Amino acid sequence: MLSKQDFKRVAPLLWEVPTTFQHGMRVPVRLFADERLLEAALGDKSMQQAVNASTLPGLVSHVVVMPDVHQGYGFPIGGVAASQLSGGVVSPGAIGYDINCGVRLLASRIPLEAAENSLPDLASALYANCPSGVGVKGSLRLTAKELDQVCRRGAEWALEHGFARQDDLDCSEESGRLDGADPGAVSARAKERGRPQLGTLGAGNHFIEVDVVDRIFHPAAAQAMGMEEGALVVQIHCGSRGFGHQVCTDYVREFQPALARYGISLPDRELVCAPLESPEGRRYLSAMACAANFAFANRQVLAHHVRDTFEQVLAGRVPDWDLRQVYDIAHNMGKMETHTVEGKPVRVCVHRKGATRAFGPGFEGLPEDYRPLGQPVLVPGSMGTASWVLLGTQGSMSLSFGSTCHGAGRVMSRKQAKREVRGDQLRVTLEKRGIQIRAGSMPGLAEEAPQAYKDVDAVVEVVSAAGIAAKVARLRPVAVIKG
Amino acid sequence: MQAPRFEELEHTADWALRVRGQDLADLLRNAAQGMLQLSGAVPQAGPRSRRELRLDSLDRESLLVDFLQELLFGIEMRQVAYPEIEIHDVTDTTLRATLTEAPLQGVVKPIKAVTYNDLHIEESPLGLVTTVVFDV
Repeated sequence: MLSKQDFKRVAPLLWEVPTTFQHGMRVPVRLFADERLLEAALGDKSMQQAVNASTLPGLVSHVVVMPDVHQGYGFPIGGVAASQLSGGVVSPGAIGYDINCGVRLLASRIPLEAAENSLPDLASALYANCPSGVGVKGSLRLTAKELDQVCRRGAEWALEHGFARQDDLDCSEESGRLDGADPGAVSARAKERGRPQLGTLGAGNHFIEVDVVDRIFHPAAAQAMGMEEGALVVQIHCGSRGFGHQVCTDYVREFQPALARYGISLPDRELVCAPLESPEGRRYLSAMACAANFAFANRQVLAHHVRDTFEQVLAGRVPDWDLRQVYDIAHNMGKMETHTVEGKPVRVCVHRKGATRAFGPGFEGLPEDYRPLGQPVLVPGSMGTASWVLLGTQGSMSLSFGSTCHGAGRVMSRKQAKREVRGDQLRVTLEKRGIQIRAGSMPGLAEEAPQAYKDVDAVVEVVSAAGIAAKVARLRPVAVIKG
Repeated sequence: MQAPRFEELEHTADWALRVRGQDLADLLRNAAQGMLQLSGAVPQAGPRSRRELRLDSLDRESLLVDFLQELLFGIEMRQVAYPEIEIHDVTDTTLRATLTEAPLQGVVKPIKAVTYNDLHIEESPLGLVTTVVFDV
């Protein structure tokens, strides 16, 4: 079991576990944290999981761990690992079952004061119009052919079918479509699960949240993003639903015999992997791209429902109810990227699980307004607490494979949260603080209690002080919709 | 005092069970019941149907994962719960079972997937024991 003595402090907010710690480590593990968050990281198995992850073949430089890290099921949540194209592997478990779980942020010009009396109606309408909950089906019923198109085209499919604006795609990671998707690499079962679920929120820690821009730290970036202090914004947090879960399940299963075939030995079977250049590896990446595109389309359809809901409730009550997209990011994804390793450009597969891409200024893939600033990064806090909008930085490119944190990170088990918190009481507490809550499950709400999570402000302080993100704005919730 | 057939373990973000069984069939049944209890998948009154299930897996850990995944698929896609699970034949890589399915009253908490994390079916003085971690 890791302890603080096993870490070497390499910078004020950066700690390293060297490869001498455990046999089989191919690269060291580096954790961004202050002392308190380091202690929190040692409170569960997350750092041991990061050490285990460092045994994956073909990794370069180091495994990165973010300050919001917590224990996952093999690979830690809040981890980043880059494997080189030649000789490196891809690990579905290091990307996650909810492929392209991510966040979309929409901004308005609606001052909170103008909409405050409408918030209960707005929350109720969002809950009604954005399907959520277990096994829920959406209003769209895709044919098999249409689902294949969603797999290939992602948010572009949504644009062609009237659910998006061009700006939405321009302001999305990968423009809302990951290349290389092949529906032929996706199982019939995954497709069966995905067909009725497009445009649904799901349950668990997925949510739609109406926030107010509480404080702006980077006025130029906030202006470019269309955010005004005191105005409403909306976050949508969800992913690829049953479709993505099944893709990961299928390939975690398919890769099990690959370990022996390729002579790979791992400390945890959930880290199962195959060489990037193997037939299995390529097939997984093609299927993963399908799931990623499903998630982009999913968030796009939900954004459409959110826009309709704002019009439905606020038209006539406020002069301008439009919602402009700020950005859409993924925090469970594998991406082929080029990074500088030991002074040379290297093509790598960057696995981000509970970590967000945070490319710095000058990145060509950003819309023109954002290019001089850097990529927007969206960091939702726990329910009832702040969320953050950040920017990617040059620092992240050199220190963390262009990555930063993704949220607050759990510190309390769901079991403990349910013991200590009653969902109905939590709802009352939050509503007394002026936060409208619409949730399908009280035990589910209890599990997501704020005290179950780390302090997101502390997490953001670390990433910004460490130079792997820059603060733009802090958001405060006024309505939370959950399945 | 007899050890419980299954018990919930603390896990920061997901759910985990320690499961015991006298033999592999018993372990699989107990894992299923533990998972169904965790998710709160409760049947309602209504017609029952029986579904035959055959699985062929890489090893007994994979068999456990595949079996539990089949149950999750039914909960999500057919909206069923399982008041009865009969395992007829099981080896380390194959399974033949009959599932009694009933309309699902509801699920308290959805499970996204069954993982291989920390999954080792081991011998114990009373039979077999394993940990199963679920992504929720």
